[in-house]
Amino acid sequence: MRDVFRTYPVEARLSVVLLSVIAVLSVMTDTFLTLGNITSLLNNNAVNLIWAVGLLVVLITGGIDISFAVAASVVQYVAAQIFMAVGGGNWAIGFAIAAGLGIGLGLINALLIHGFRVISIVITIATFNAFFGLLMFFTRGRNIYDLPDWWTNRVFIFERQAADGTWSELNLSVAVMVACVLATWILIRLTTLGRQLYAFGDNPEGARRAGVNIWQMQVVAFGWCGMMAGIGGLMQVNIAQEVVPNALYGRELDVLAAVVLGGARLGGGRGTIFGCILGVMFVAITQNGLNLLGISPFAFQMIIGAAILVAISSSNLSFRLRGRAEPVEVAP
Amino acid sequence: MTTDPDPAPALRLRNVSKTFGGVKALQSVDFEVRAGEVHCLAGENGCGKSTLIKIVTGVYTPDPGAELELFGERNNTISPNRARALGIAVIWQDLALFPHMTVAENIAFDEMVGVVPRLSFGRRYRERVKTVLDRLKVSLKLDTRLGDLPIAQRQIVAIARALMGQARLVFMDEPTASLTQSETDALLEVVRTLAAQGIAVVFVSHRLAEVIDVSERVTVLRDGQLVGVFATEGMTQFRLGELMTGAQLENIVRAKDRSEAEPVLEVEGLTRHDEFENVNLTIRRGEVMGLTGLIGAGRSELAHALIGMRASDAGKVWLEGAPVRFNSIRDAIARGVAYVSEDRLSLGLIQPQSIADNTVISILNRILGSLGLISPVMQSNLVRHWIDELAIKIGAPGDAVSTLSGGNQQRVVLAKWLATEPRLLILDSPTVGVDVGARAGIFRIVRQLADEGLAILLISDEVSEVLFNADRVLHMADGRIVGEYDPRATEVSELEAQIYA
Repeated sequence: MRDVFRTYPVEARLSVVLLSVIAVLSVMTDTFLTLGNITSLLNNNAVNLIWAVGLLVVLITGGIDISFAVAASVVQYVAAQIFMAVGGGNWAIGFAIAAGLGIGLGLINALLIHGFRVISIVITIATFNAFFGLLMFFTRGRNIYDLPDWWTNRVFIFERQAADGTWSELNLSVAVMVACVLATWILIRLTTLGRQLYAFGDNPEGARRAGVNIWQMQVVAFGWCGMMAGIGGLMQVNIAQEVVPNALYGRELDVLAAVVLGGARLGGGRGTIFGCILGVMFVAITQNGLNLLGISPFAFQMIIGAAILVAISSSNLSFRLRGRAEPVEVAP
Repeated sequence: MTTDPDPAPALRLRNVSKTFGGVKALQSVDFEVRAGEVHCLAGENGCGKSTLIKIVTGVYTPDPGAELELFGERNNTISPNRARALGIAVIWQDLALFPHMTVAENIAFDEMVGVVPRLSFGRRYRERVKTVLDRLKVSLKLDTRLGDLPIAQRQIVAIARALMGQARLVFMDEPTASLTQSETDALLEVVRTLAAQGIAVVFVSHRLAEVIDVSERVTVLRDGQLVGVFATEGMTQFRLGELMTGAQLENIVRAKDRSEAEPVLEVEGLTRHDEFENVNLTIRRGEVMGLTGLIGAGRSELAHALIGMRASDAGKVWLEGAPVRFNSIRDAIARGVAYVSEDRLSLGLIQPQSIADNTVISILNRILGSLGLISPVMQSNLVRHWIDELAIKIGAPGDAVSTLSGGNQQRVVLAKWLATEPRLLILDSPTVGVDVGARAGIFRIVRQLADEGLAILLISDEVSEVLFNADRVLHMADGRIVGEYDPRATEVSELEAQIYA
């Protein structure tokens, strides 16, 4: 147990905090620990977690992606055009197209970063603006409601009616989320590619000398993040029932905050799926809890900000207590 | 363990040359390493050692005409992949390890490399990682994060990683540069263990005592040419230094009697509990005071107290006759004390900034022109003065400090401090990481500064360095000054015997 705390200090501390938050909310409200609330938490945060695991892979390699949420909007818009052009489509075609478009947008980032040797934050801020500008230009900011039925019809993977007649259900996005989380876990923990991603983020020069293909690392990281952006975008339409060009604008920072909170290091080499899940859960449950307790929603942003500060600075503090000077976490 | 009885060399190079745009980095060099041998590659910075290593590992292609024989396989060139497949490994000075990954993951990392992804499970390689560590006769926890280990143990991890890849010929590039004496001894033991198992080790180090201690033969390069291959049996550090530089080293005692000059620094009963106790010393104008002793004897702690980096518990300090008490380095600088720290590369210089900017960083308030803005004219005059004075070899004052060699970087640090016009200069291990030839240059400057009237405290753990360059030498042990020596009447071996007793 002590080893877990030492190897994954942020994850360990966050799970303790999260458990206490859950305990407090369970006691203070009678609505938190209900099937209805839990299922709606899952439904509402599935897309965030899909994006979070995509972003996690980029952070592990020492990069950052600001553009993925806007990229998801681009995927939604282009996919809608394609579905109309092919006369409808279905879920299988939908996943293939959304994932494919997402990978394509991710590869644009990878190509620019590797080709011009520019750090990823600069490139993805640029593509964030370019993607969003083009999207608003072509859509003229108008929403699309005319979508194929398969895309907007709810698909439930779990339903139950409570004694008082209210329904609790899990929709398809939760199943997709589970699949995405599992796939990312296999990628980064169980494959040689995953070890190389961590190593590249940890010490790029060392990885290069060991024979790691740097271009492949960028392709995998940004391609994976793009694919998750696309799949997340597809599922978000299924929930929202419409394509709103600027609906996802700004979501990238919420997801980034959750992933960083979960212990991923903005400098590469560190970050776990478990931490990522904890981070998203912490953000979701805090927001949910504040709603249930009737506290001003403005307090939410404040709490998330403070939590990030505490999580990051306390992990550096513990390094210092062990008498070793570790470089302070700095964005690349 | 059996030593390979076969005398056939692991590596034999003939007539290797390498030209970079007209500059001959290597000129028809021959080099041979036997299996199971620890072989040293010695030479000053820029003599071609790294070029040679890079040719053997396939990073560079040698000029036509070279013959490379590796484990009986003859070629004119070799690719990096072929070199790796033959079991040639390099342990770089910066180790090229991954601090956030575990010990086991680091050691097994080379198996993870490859464009085609495969599944990889920790339990499959853990056993082999353990076997490799057993072979090295060391024990490390496999799940510790590498970044939590001290440098010395990371070295071991780097060696284990090479062995994991079935290395048969291991190059070690200055493995001991940042290790303490006891860590170095432990590492040299591991190196001997490797050799005893038939692995050929090529060892590169600036510490000549170590070179002679650990290796059987040493190949000396100078300016890209082979000076010769020498047995280390009977070799002295002094002779090896001469072979490397090609010059008669001025290893003569330079001490002068300065007892008539007025004192610059007087220290009486200076104490800081658990670090140093009852230190008394006087340094006079134009005097170089040597301070030596084992690492951990309190030398650097004393220096830190003298410049106000840490407070002392008792004792008095006078500077030019006036009692002083420094509460911060800024106080000390203002009163004319300068301190060149031992880790100059990390703390003494701002590497990406220009030579000029680094030189004036401590004295910005003295080069202010009208309106209180920095005057470029005053800055460049001052910078040019010190570059000339210290004979710093640079391209242009605007070049980044990181483009300079170790010896020249050390001179920039000196320039930075001399620009503060100090009366007392404290030099803490000024030659760490600086090669033999450049050391002589630094001590020439030290002597010149002393002759101009500066009082200098020279701290070093190399006894010969203080004896040959100081006017008096203090021996510090366990926080106390335990002896004072006159270099004109003291042999190096005599003082060494005292220190290592």
